[in-house]
Amino acid sequence: MSSSASLFLVRAPALRRLPLRSALLLAGLLCVPAFANDYWLNAILIPFLILSLAGLGLNVLTGYAGQLSLGSAAFMAVGAYATYNLVVRLPGLPLVADLLLGGLIAAAIGTLFGLPSIRIKGFYLIVSTLAAQFFVEWIFTRVSWFSNNDSSGVLSAPKYAVFGWQINSPVSRYLFVLGTVVLLFAFAASVVRSELGRRWMAVRDMDTAAAVIGIPIARTKLLAFALSSFIIGIAGALWAFAYLGTVEPDGFDLNLSFQILFIIIIGGMGSIGGNFLGAAFIVLLPILLSHAAGVLASIGVNVGQLQNLQKILFGTLIIVFLIKEPDGLARLVQIARQRMRDWPLSS
Amino acid sequence: MKFSTTRHGASKWSRLAAVAGLTLAIAAAAVPQAHAAGEEYFPLQSYRVGPYAAGGSGFFGGFIDYMRLINKRDGGVNGVKLTWSECETEYVVEKGVECYERMKSGLNGAPTAATNPLSVGIAYATLDRSTSDKIPLITINHGRTDSTDGAVFPYVFPLQLNPYSEVSAIVNYINQQSGGLKGKKIVVLYHGSPYGRETIPVLDVLAKKYGFELTQIEVPHPGNEQGSQWLTIHRINPDWVILRGWGVMNPVALKSAQKVGFPADHIIGNIWSNSEEDARPAGDAAKGFISITTHPSGTDFPVLQAINQYVVKPGDGDLKDPARFGTVYYNLGVVNGILNVEALRVAQSKFGDKPLTGEQVRWGFEHLNLDDARLKQLGAYGLVQPLKLSCADHEGGGAVRFQQWDGQQWKIISGWVQADRALLRPIIEKSANDYAKEKGITPRDCSKEL
Repeated sequence: MSSSASLFLVRAPALRRLPLRSALLLAGLLCVPAFANDYWLNAILIPFLILSLAGLGLNVLTGYAGQLSLGSAAFMAVGAYATYNLVVRLPGLPLVADLLLGGLIAAAIGTLFGLPSIRIKGFYLIVSTLAAQFFVEWIFTRVSWFSNNDSSGVLSAPKYAVFGWQINSPVSRYLFVLGTVVLLFAFAASVVRSELGRRWMAVRDMDTAAAVIGIPIARTKLLAFALSSFIIGIAGALWAFAYLGTVEPDGFDLNLSFQILFIIIIGGMGSIGGNFLGAAFIVLLPILLSHAAGVLASIGVNVGQLQNLQKILFGTLIIVFLIKEPDGLARLVQIARQRMRDWPLSS
Repeated sequence: MKFSTTRHGASKWSRLAAVAGLTLAIAAAAVPQAHAAGEEYFPLQSYRVGPYAAGGSGFFGGFIDYMRLINKRDGGVNGVKLTWSECETEYVVEKGVECYERMKSGLNGAPTAATNPLSVGIAYATLDRSTSDKIPLITINHGRTDSTDGAVFPYVFPLQLNPYSEVSAIVNYINQQSGGLKGKKIVVLYHGSPYGRETIPVLDVLAKKYGFELTQIEVPHPGNEQGSQWLTIHRINPDWVILRGWGVMNPVALKSAQKVGFPADHIIGNIWSNSEEDARPAGDAAKGFISITTHPSGTDFPVLQAINQYVVKPGDGDLKDPARFGTVYYNLGVVNGILNVEALRVAQSKFGDKPLTGEQVRWGFEHLNLDDARLKQLGAYGLVQPLKLSCADHEGGGAVRFQQWDGQQWKIISGWVQADRALLRPIIEKSANDYAKEKGITPRDCSKEL
């Protein structure tokens, strides 16, 4: 983890310009609906933003606090099902409160499954979060109360509005997701730079040393689980409400947990902006490959084989990439920026 | 030192990535403009890899081959050529949604007629979208049962056989076979997906009505491990097992049944456990296995002969393995092609012989009326059941035949067995109305629809 620590130090002077840069980025994202069509909003940007958010949640836990987890999809499911039940069963509550409460319920479940982290770490902790993954999927399948006794165990998102603003078009869904994502990113970014964030990094880098300097290890770790699951839970609710519009427990399977893990590995552990880069990689590359495959298919290449080729290519890219740049895309961007700055003086 | 190596490696790699990305982007941008207006577009959310590839490649193969036949033999539908493109979903919901969004606005000016995802999960996820985009969503022999009620679901069509009708017909058949159901034990083994769980409540209703003892057991997706489920079945020792499987789950179920000594001829496969690909891999264990079908397999139907003559023989067939021509999945694809094309034809009779929008094709589906005479003209008599749709009824048929696997192929062993649609209708309407209330939909008044 020494490289992440140095990464943090290198970036410190750039922090002062962060608000400006974030504002520019936000302005850009706000302009998007003017140019993007339904396809871009519905199929690319919304899942991209939500997966970035899920990546952020896991990054808080794994990248900053050093606790490995394979239960992200389970916490997303908890967030989605909790929000859905709040919306359906307490119709008087505004959606924002539903979302927050859904996130808090996910945080509680996340903390519960984070309890073993007090005693175990590394691969053993992965196993306990894996248990969360299977348990949550099982219970939502098993107990039909959670899906309001739907015969198929499928939730379909009811109509919803935020402060009287109906969210029913691609643009409104996009803006709703964007707003939530921006708020949570700002929140997480300030937390990881606070004292708590520094405690997390101390625990991550060496928990014995952290204990020696008086950091309460158990509480710090559990807080990481709580905040991480809170963010992931809200991402899950958005996934259900704003992206798919319908969810089933199988939609939050281990595969999704792995995807989120890939996002933070590829994007960059212990980086806030890296989550966007990782999510872009995970969402966009398969779609790009599939578009390219569509072209090849129209000139007569077998469609089934192309599909397998895409998988091989995607896997190979990830492996090559991790060998070449283990610190993720965030690091690449940083190197590129450094070179731009040095450009006329050194090649 | 470490820094500089990383930096060098990174720069080489980033250049490589840039080149690769650029190539991909150019390839993606260079979509050929071979199609012109004057065509009707069918977006195909197909799947040819993954655990359900056998179903996907057979179904979409038959669908595509039928559209090719129409283009080649008839020059399209009243002069409107059919065009299509595929987008691989792997039966994964997110991919299916992405494909839907990618393809919904048509292809080079050809309007989108209807979507046929052949996946309950994807159908659920694109249901709202289809309705607001005004594109019919066709879920032949599957789908969301209450979408049969077209007053609430104007754009969704569970053609021929919805899941409730399917289990109702099976129960009726068991009733015939064992002379009454009172006190009989029936186990339903279902796929752990929305598709599999769809029939849980209606089976409870049927059990209460006929007085049989019902146990419903779930098999987690994809279903390649069923040891414990079959031990439970062995313990219960039921009179019949209804297999509501899909893909690899089916042969595994048959093999596991053999292991615990449950006779295959008391297992009744549902509409997605009825193909050659479900029975053949189980080998001996499948001998005697019974299943339902809405359409027989076989190549003797004139429409299949025509496909053979115009499409397969000249080497344009979509199937990689020609031996699958005329199998259950392939023929279902042909049936689906016939229904889509006929809906377009019906719609053209109202809106004119030109490419039509999804909204217009929806009218065609709703006024689909295939009687025996029309089916004979199409060369599909015996392949497609007579079908009459309306505003209130988006299913139409509701009848199945039973077939038995003899170790080599399926043999039809019954006439048409009808589902108890009168019993099911109130359940469907209630469920549809609940849905309408939750979603804030005002149902159409079907007596005023033309």
